Amino acid sequence: MIKATPKPLEEIINYVKDFNKILVAGCDGCVTVCEAGGMKEAKVLGSALRLYFTQAGKDHEVVETTVTRQCDKEYLAELKDMVENADAVVSIACGCGIQYLTEMYNDKIVFPGVDTHFMGINADRGIFEERCAGCGQCVLASTGGICPIARCSKRMLNGPCGGSEAGKCEISKDTPCGWHLIYERLEKLGQVDRFTQPVDPKNWRTSRDGGPRVIIREDLRKAEPQHGSAHS
Amino acid sequence: MEPKTPSRLEKIMAAGQLGVTSEVGPPRGADGAEIEHKGHLIKDYVDAVNVTDNQTSVVRLCSLASCIRLKQMGIDPVLQMTTRDRNRIAMQSDILGAASFGIHNMLCLTGDHQTFGDHPMSANVFDLDSVQLIQTVKMMRDEGKLLSGFEMKVRPQIFIGAAENPFAGPNVELRALRLGKKIAAGAEFIQTQCIYNIPKFKEWMKIAVDKGYAEKAYIMAGITPFKSLGMARYMKTKVPGMDVPDNLIDRLKGVPKEKQADEGIKMAIEMMQELKEVPGVRGFHIMAIEWEEKVPELVKGAGLYPRPQV
Repeated sequence: MIKATPKPLEEIINYVKDFNKILVAGCDGCVTVCEAGGMKEAKVLGSALRLYFTQAGKDHEVVETTVTRQCDKEYLAELKDMVENADAVVSIACGCGIQYLTEMYNDKIVFPGVDTHFMGINADRGIFEERCAGCGQCVLASTGGICPIARCSKRMLNGPCGGSEAGKCEISKDTPCGWHLIYERLEKLGQVDRFTQPVDPKNWRTSRDGGPRVIIREDLRKAEPQHGSAHS
Repeated sequence: MEPKTPSRLEKIMAAGQLGVTSEVGPPRGADGAEIEHKGHLIKDYVDAVNVTDNQTSVVRLCSLASCIRLKQMGIDPVLQMTTRDRNRIAMQSDILGAASFGIHNMLCLTGDHQTFGDHPMSANVFDLDSVQLIQTVKMMRDEGKLLSGFEMKVRPQIFIGAAENPFAGPNVELRALRLGKKIAAGAEFIQTQCIYNIPKFKEWMKIAVDKGYAEKAYIMAGITPFKSLGMARYMKTKVPGMDVPDNLIDRLKGVPKEKQADEGIKMAIEMMQELKEVPGVRGFHIMAIEWEEKVPELVKGAGLYPRPQV
């Protein structure tokens, strides 16, 4: 899922200090899982803003809410009255949610309340790790199920580079060498021969390098909405 | 192996002689004369001179311009190119530019990560990696094509080099496999990482010989003399992928500070003497970091002077 972290409170206060009616809009999706933008975090941020306005002696009205997903307009539509009533919105959804909310309520000022980082996994409580770089052309079948694009600092397809040492990446002793992991896994699978053939240059068009990406799934567009699906 | 290009280095090694290369690190400013000065120090003692490409991710005068300067002095340059800062468009363009000036050697590298350098906030490119850059140069030279498939009227003639680090992880077997991969991609000469751990290097070399890699490419042993005990310690602890055994550190510790540089040169010459006898070693790449004036002494000491004329 998408991983985000709350922005520093001072930064958010700086955005909203000249407004009176603030809506803090969280999201029940990814940012709830990584504890950056769910209802709990909306309440924490709302309380902090109220404290700031009170201490600064300013009139204020801070409202907290969340929607199921800020990346779906059906859910964003539920915010209509609350957004209209606010002077400014702080969205603590991921960067996608923040932008889609802005798109829906185009005459309202919307500020980001989180920094959005990557797609990752929950390694442990409070530890999130990147696993997929969303390059649009998955190579996991040939790399033992470990992604060299996301896990090698140089996104090499023919690693490990000469900086790989004792299983660690040259950039930091805290960073595992992605290609060391790939090698170990291929060895375990008896597939080290996969390693011997040079891998050709990658087509990065399917990655961010091809410009903003759009997926059009004609099969889904033609299909009838399914009962019990996300939009039901 | 028959030479495929006009490279002097290739001709010398193809004739069965040990090749010798060294390197020039360009300045962190626009002083072209410094490159020429460094070139003069070593030109009669080596067959070709590598020019580093923003080594350790520190901005320096560019490798291509430096190579052109050396070429104009009558030196055969080795254009080092990393994939860190340029995409396949820029790299192919630079290769054509180099070839247009008669630069006939390249060393294809991925490059150190930019976090090591003076611009750690910069974006990196890594559109290709070193193996893919080797493939690209080979395709341009042997098929006369760019990666796009476009056919060129005039092909670059480039002796294709790569680096390999026998001492990096996960183990010596994988490092030998990766050497084989680079050779399969088209590398014709290999300049290794600085060698200090000779037993480990021999282990790697044996795999390279047994697998037939050493017959398919000229493997040049990388040599970097220690200037001081401090440098040896720095190499051991701070430089990624470097393997400096304790006995070398102890040997430097055993001599007074003012004699350590001399001892470092002596140690490097002894290593070269020993490595000359290792099957598969076809030459030396001397990386005397900011110590180019010592290259003649090393080459003479190892019995590699005068250089053959071709």
